[in-house]
Amino acid sequence: MSGLIAFWSSHAAEVWALLAQHIALVLVSTLVAIAIGVPIGIIAARRPRIGGPLAAAASVIQTVPSLALFGFLLPLPLVGGVGARTALAALILYALLPVIRTTAAGLQSIDAAILEAADAMGMTAGQRLTQVELPLAMPSIIAGIRVAAVIGVGTVTIAAAIGAGGLGEYIYRGLSMVDATVILAGAVPVAALAMIVDGGLLLVERGLRRRRRTRRFSRVAAAALMLLVLAATAFAAWPRPERIVVGSKNFTEQVILGELMAQTIERYAGRAVDRRLNLGGTFICDRAIQTGDIDLYVEYSGTALTAVFKRSVQRDPRVVLEQVRQLYADTGRSMLAPLGFSNTFAILVRAADARERGLTRLSQLAAHAPGWRAAFGYEFLDRPDGYSGLAATYGLRFLEPPRAMDLTLVYRALAEGQVDVVAGDATAGLIDALHLSMLEDDRQYFPPYDAVPVMHAPTLLRHPEIGRAIARLSGRVTAAAMRRMNYAVDAQRADPAAVVRTFLDELDRR
Amino acid sequence: MIDFDHVHFRRGTRAVLHDVTFTVRPGETVALVGRSGAGKSTVLKLINRMLEPDDGIVRVDGRDTRAWDSTSLRRHTGYVLQEVGLFPHMTVTRNVGLVPALLQWPPARIQARTDELLDLVGLPPDEFGSRWPDELSGGQRQRVGVARALAADPPVVLMDEPFGSLDPITRAELHREFRRIQQQVRKTVVLVTHDMREAFALADRVGVLDEGMLVAYDEPSVLRASSQPAVALLLESCQ
Repeated sequence: MSGLIAFWSSHAAEVWALLAQHIALVLVSTLVAIAIGVPIGIIAARRPRIGGPLAAAASVIQTVPSLALFGFLLPLPLVGGVGARTALAALILYALLPVIRTTAAGLQSIDAAILEAADAMGMTAGQRLTQVELPLAMPSIIAGIRVAAVIGVGTVTIAAAIGAGGLGEYIYRGLSMVDATVILAGAVPVAALAMIVDGGLLLVERGLRRRRRTRRFSRVAAAALMLLVLAATAFAAWPRPERIVVGSKNFTEQVILGELMAQTIERYAGRAVDRRLNLGGTFICDRAIQTGDIDLYVEYSGTALTAVFKRSVQRDPRVVLEQVRQLYADTGRSMLAPLGFSNTFAILVRAADARERGLTRLSQLAAHAPGWRAAFGYEFLDRPDGYSGLAATYGLRFLEPPRAMDLTLVYRALAEGQVDVVAGDATAGLIDALHLSMLEDDRQYFPPYDAVPVMHAPTLLRHPEIGRAIARLSGRVTAAAMRRMNYAVDAQRADPAAVVRTFLDELDRR
Repeated sequence: MIDFDHVHFRRGTRAVLHDVTFTVRPGETVALVGRSGAGKSTVLKLINRMLEPDDGIVRVDGRDTRAWDSTSLRRHTGYVLQEVGLFPHMTVTRNVGLVPALLQWPPARIQARTDELLDLVGLPPDEFGSRWPDELSGGQRQRVGVARALAADPPVVLMDEPFGSLDPITRAELHREFRRIQQQVRKTVVLVTHDMREAFALADRVGVLDEGMLVAYDEPSVLRASSQPAVALLLESCQ
């Protein structure tokens, strides 16, 4: 608890900024959903033949898991791309259903005699809607908005995976650092925010139900309008000057490498950098590089070959590098010189198990596998250079089919004995910290994974000084250095920025 | 004031009204009686053009309802429903002042008019004006309904079973009130009821509807002596 408060006070400015982003995303998406959903709800109540399918479509969207929805939206023009836009589009889609449904339900539940009276008194259709129907449906509509806003608060958390910002950043950062304090630093305010939004709108809803004044309705409408204007201004004023944007995937080493790229550019090219670290995976980073949403991130040669370009697995590091350089160059992306280390996959077991059984090489694992459980990251299970090939090469069959798990969780799962074998990164600092042992790939199954910076080619052409700055690192980030930095962040809870600064300082002295 | 000239109205293939012809004179109270489904409410809705005849002509003020703008026709026709249909999100004052507000009267005039009307229907505005419909008894609500129908001083007032859902004592009280108010305001009133006794108590002339046809239309004293089977049946029911 005291650790949490210490974290908040030392990161106060960042916490407020992320909280503000979080609220802005929820606010804007909910307001847009109201602007779209209420009219659709009115149509759905009046003309079920038109409104029904629209409501059904919104209902289908609701069932799509949020990460998958982000994935669908990423490649689309206008709404897609890495950052707040895609998150907003997804959040709006999610918020639509409750708003549409409660608007339609609120309108349909109005007593027929009241509508007949409104007609008989000579109200026009518009007057009947604004003076009678909407005020009477308002408590129901507010209930829908409440559901939409609370869903929004939760979903924004996941939107951090595509670089939208918000408090989810702490949760992802905490997961990749296996640091409960950082997770809580994001999760606690999110939970509080959800409760405040829920409670506040519930009070509004109750107030409307108790005393159904039209005056109150116009006040609510005025307040909503004011919020909309405020949010729109905030969004328009959002700072987005031309800066170099550095991305990274969502695990510790990638965050460190992202920070390394960023500081190198700041230090040696003298340019301001935006950090979009913790993006949700290879696919998202590569999309962003192609569209220019990010200008630079560090990829691994083997991953580029098989996951990005869908080529068959190659074993020779030189061949792989040359092939990948060519493939990137042909498609508007530029591969810079390799950093120096290779982050190959590491099949890990607990050090104690390895000692007991004299286990040092992967070819020995087949004998123990039938009694053991395994867990792998989602990517590893799917990739052609992942689990299926590994199992074939070494004749592995585990006690039960391997569990799919977030990459950030497998080390802890292994150390705590939930599983007995995992696939991790060879440079993971947690390997030493959690007393894990890496099995030697004695049949050369895993292809090389040399770390290579990849740039959006137009940016490199405009700013060659960035290419020169990054070139200073070429070959100087060794596996040992990388593991040290990972260990400092993962096990010693050091700040990635500070760790990178120390590393660059040492490099300068040499 | 109101003319039905050989009016037919069909819903699908079913004839709801068949060849209905009658005239309501200005300032007269006419009651339409008949069993449920005899077509009584349809007659009212044809007058304020919530429905239009399939055949024949309905005239208000000598003018075909189809030639009227339906919105302004309705604003000049008071309407009282059985379920009252007060707007639950508006106070008594706002409910009564609604049609004048739609006609864009100045606020001071609306205020004066609603006060006057609430006094007329026996609900002192100081006590009742700021109440909500759900804070009123059934009889009080119906009084507000009457005040609302009279608000813009319409020449014609339509009443659809206005006292149908009230207990006998309250109903008798409102009958007395109705006669008192009608003596003061002298509106042309068309009132629909299934209660022959109510029709005789309130109306100058009574029309009897049976399966969509107007089988009798005359003063109460004449109808009482009628030998028509449909009329006799209704008379019997209130002996």
